[in-house]
Amino acid sequence: MTDENNEVAENATQTRVSELLSSLECTVTCAYDGMASVQCAPELIHAICAKLKTEGGFEGNTLVTAIDHGAGLEQRFEMVYQFLSMEHTQRVRVRAMTTGDDPEVDTITDLWPGTAFSERECFDLLGVRFAGHENLRRILMPEGFEHHPLRKDFPHIGIEPDKLYQKWDEERRSAFAEKEAGK
Amino acid sequence: MGQVSLTDAPFSESFAATNLDWVVNWARKNSLWPMPLGLSCCGIELMAMFGPKFDLARFGAEAARFTPRQCDLLVVAGTLTWKMAQAVRLVYDQMPEPKWVMSMGVCASTGGMYDTYSVVQGIDSILPVDVYVPGCPPRPDAVIDSIIKLQDRIQLERPTRDLLEGIPDYHDMGTGAAERQPNRAVIQKKKPGALIGDDI
Repeated sequence: MTDENNEVAENATQTRVSELLSSLECTVTCAYDGMASVQCAPELIHAICAKLKTEGGFEGNTLVTAIDHGAGLEQRFEMVYQFLSMEHTQRVRVRAMTTGDDPEVDTITDLWPGTAFSERECFDLLGVRFAGHENLRRILMPEGFEHHPLRKDFPHIGIEPDKLYQKWDEERRSAFAEKEAGK
Repeated sequence: MGQVSLTDAPFSESFAATNLDWVVNWARKNSLWPMPLGLSCCGIELMAMFGPKFDLARFGAEAARFTPRQCDLLVVAGTLTWKMAQAVRLVYDQMPEPKWVMSMGVCASTGGMYDTYSVVQGIDSILPVDVYVPGCPPRPDAVIDSIIKLQDRIQLERPTRDLLEGIPDYHDMGTGAAERQPNRAVIQKKKPGALIGDDI
């Protein structure tokens, strides 16, 4: 594939997505990596995704994640979604800046059930909540872990990393001691 | 039947005078049954060590059983995360005495390059480790060398001390030598009512 062809493909995607989303309040640009990028408000994420799937032919979701731009910022977390259309051989990216330290956006699991895992990971590591997600619990870190490790204000050595183990160990020992005392 | 002397055949070729500790240690150290806990890439070197090229069977430690109930050498090979630590501790508790622990590779020994929130910074914070093997991952030769070192250490133990406890001055003959020698039998001896996990 030559650069010329790439350019044509990019422009085609951008044009098609712009026309598709003309009724919604968003801007469609061509990102530095050549992918069409939709920027919108976090409230519009679900509406835009639904339109991309039903009318745009983007039948596959490839990425759900968030970017932490730094603690203390007004607009701290940026949601990023990427979709793939096998029919049109096109990709599109949806980005939305959220506000606050504990953001919440609508889930898109009703459109792509497979995003349930991506959203769980995003919640686990970055602390973004997904309204409407049926099973929003941790996926990588153990149950009971209190922090979100990929946040910028989380120290890389952790905060009391052995806390859960010590708690489990104490419970186990006290249960054993009770059993021994009952003999 | 006439009188039989121990110097006559076949007894002269079948008996040897030794001490009980030495025999028990000799049997234990040459039939270590490892419990392989391949947690990451060290597990690959561990498999190579069991294989024909390095052949751990030469040292009597090839009978790897994947159940802790039948093992006496826990080989923690690789990065131990805090999420996995509970499982490893349970495996150790399920192993019958006497038991030994090998920390294979820098990740198991110190956390290695994983200076992060999710990795145990050295398994000696949750297990009593007998031998550390450096390397990332260590070569199978190095692990075999550490097994030989562990065997030398097992030879120093006093497994029959409990049996002969009533006999005064049996071990040191009044010289105090037993107090100065490394003696895991004393360390590992469980008092009645002692809790699991009191060994570290």
